[in-house]
Amino acid sequence: MPALPLGEAGLYVAAAFAVVAVLVLVYVAIIGGKIARIERDLGALTDSLEAGARGGVPPAPSRQGP
Amino acid sequence: MAVFGRGLVTLALITAAAVGIALGMVFLYAPLDADQGFVQKIFYLHVPLALVALAGFVAAGVMGALHLRSGDSAWDLRSYVAIHLSTILGVGVLVTGAIWARASWGHWWVWSEPTLVAFLIVFLLYAVYPMLRFSIEDPGRQGRYASVFAVAAGAFVPLNFAIVRSAESLTHPQVFSTTGSGMPGEMLATFLVSMVAMALLYATLWKLELTAKHASDQLRRLRRRAERRAADPLVPRPGGGASAGSSRAGAPTLSGAAYAAPRGGD
Amino acid sequence: MTRAALAILRKDLLVERRTRESVPAMALFSVTVLVLFHFALDRDSLDGALASGVLWVTLLLAAVLGVGRLFASEREEGGMDGILLAPIDRTAVWVAKALALLAYLVVVEVVAVPVFAVLLLGPDLMPALPGLVATLVLADVGLAAVGALVAALAAESRARELVATLLFLPLVVPAAVAATAATEPLFAGAQTADGTGRWLIFLAAYALLFVLLSVGVFDYLLED
Repeated sequence: MPALPLGEAGLYVAAAFAVVAVLVLVYVAIIGGKIARIERDLGALTDSLEAGARGGVPPAPSRQGP
Repeated sequence: MAVFGRGLVTLALITAAAVGIALGMVFLYAPLDADQGFVQKIFYLHVPLALVALAGFVAAGVMGALHLRSGDSAWDLRSYVAIHLSTILGVGVLVTGAIWARASWGHWWVWSEPTLVAFLIVFLLYAVYPMLRFSIEDPGRQGRYASVFAVAAGAFVPLNFAIVRSAESLTHPQVFSTTGSGMPGEMLATFLVSMVAMALLYATLWKLELTAKHASDQLRRLRRRAERRAADPLVPRPGGGASAGSSRAGAPTLSGAAYAAPRGGD
Repeated sequence: MTRAALAILRKDLLVERRTRESVPAMALFSVTVLVLFHFALDRDSLDGALASGVLWVTLLLAAVLGVGRLFASEREEGGMDGILLAPIDRTAVWVAKALALLAYLVVVEVVAVPVFAVLLLGPDLMPALPGLVATLVLADVGLAAVGALVAALAAESRARELVATLLFLPLVVPAAVAATAATEPLFAGAQTADGTGRWLIFLAAYALLFVLLSVGVFDYLLED
């Protein structure tokens, strides 16, 4: 198997490493998005519970997402 | 109560260091392969990725077995996240394998390369896992059936490799027989470091998703609890009449009540 | 457990004999697929690897139909509640379903293999028959074990026939690899079928693994 010239070989190697890097980054970004949503929902839940506790009105937690 | 996030930052830092070292060794330390030249660098990415993904599938089977044995749904969550992560990394394995095949043989897919073919079959099987899992509505049953799948598929992985490997002719580049025989010392060292870095990366991502999934499950339980409380005004509310800042006083009581609630599933 | 398994098996075979839902459909389907292969490959007679591949793909696809219908009577008539209420081992259900599927497969092959020999096979079937029968029996045990497990796994899901098919096919790839490799020399007109023995051992190991696996995990399915 003759070795490829470095330029073309470099392209393949770069592509392979880039694919995995992008995969991992997208994965982390999606989980980051999920954590942000958890934080937001937790905030909303806390707010509604606080409001309910203050005013004597039963808290109505907002429901977002599953 | 399981806490999954503990030690995540330390692990992530160690992982970042290991990945850095591995990349440095791959491109600066390891010698060029005599046959394949620079293209062989893909080996240090593709093979550890494949081995780690497969180990994740097998480990998910063990976790599934532990879930079935103990009935602890935390094991189901661990198994689910391992399969999810391994499936995603599996895409990377197939793509890097295809790139390597193209670079060294000129074809994007080579059927005579049994390891990659066997991996494709495993990948196709695990791709059905989410379909199976999320088409079962009852949470307890969902976890149980998913764990049975994890156990069966985990046992299937080595069998599949044994059969497909012996079926195809072994037209492999030497480096592919991952035992390290005939690999120069520097290459072997680089490969082993890459392996460790990849395993750490897997562990970090697994822990990260586990933490996020667990937090969102707990949040959902908390919200259900609050809704039930809101629907029934006779239940005394914690922190009632407290001033602003009751979030601090109220939250622990409420979450304490949520913890005391019967656990979902069985 | 044996008695319970035999009782369920007898019930299944009786239902099948009365309703004739699975086996005739599987047999008809396999003949149709053979006809399709004739046109798709544009070949009048096949031998060697191609013949072996066509036969096994046809049989596997017919098996998929059987797997999809395996729990149909329980589902549609609510028979599962009765079985689950009875104080019997859950594994008995798996044993019964695997044996029923095995019986269906054998009947389908008794129809499909001669039809295949008449329609498509180039070399004479008779010299290949002993080896082929051994391969078929061993492969059928494996397919039945996997099929019953997969059918139970998919039984609770909304898209059960889809899930069962998608689970079944990747899981039987090793069996297909071994079975086609074992059959290939038989259809190549070779008198000495060396290599077949090794593949038969693979098929036996495959069947054994899935039998043990199913017995180990089946208790956790079909609960409550």
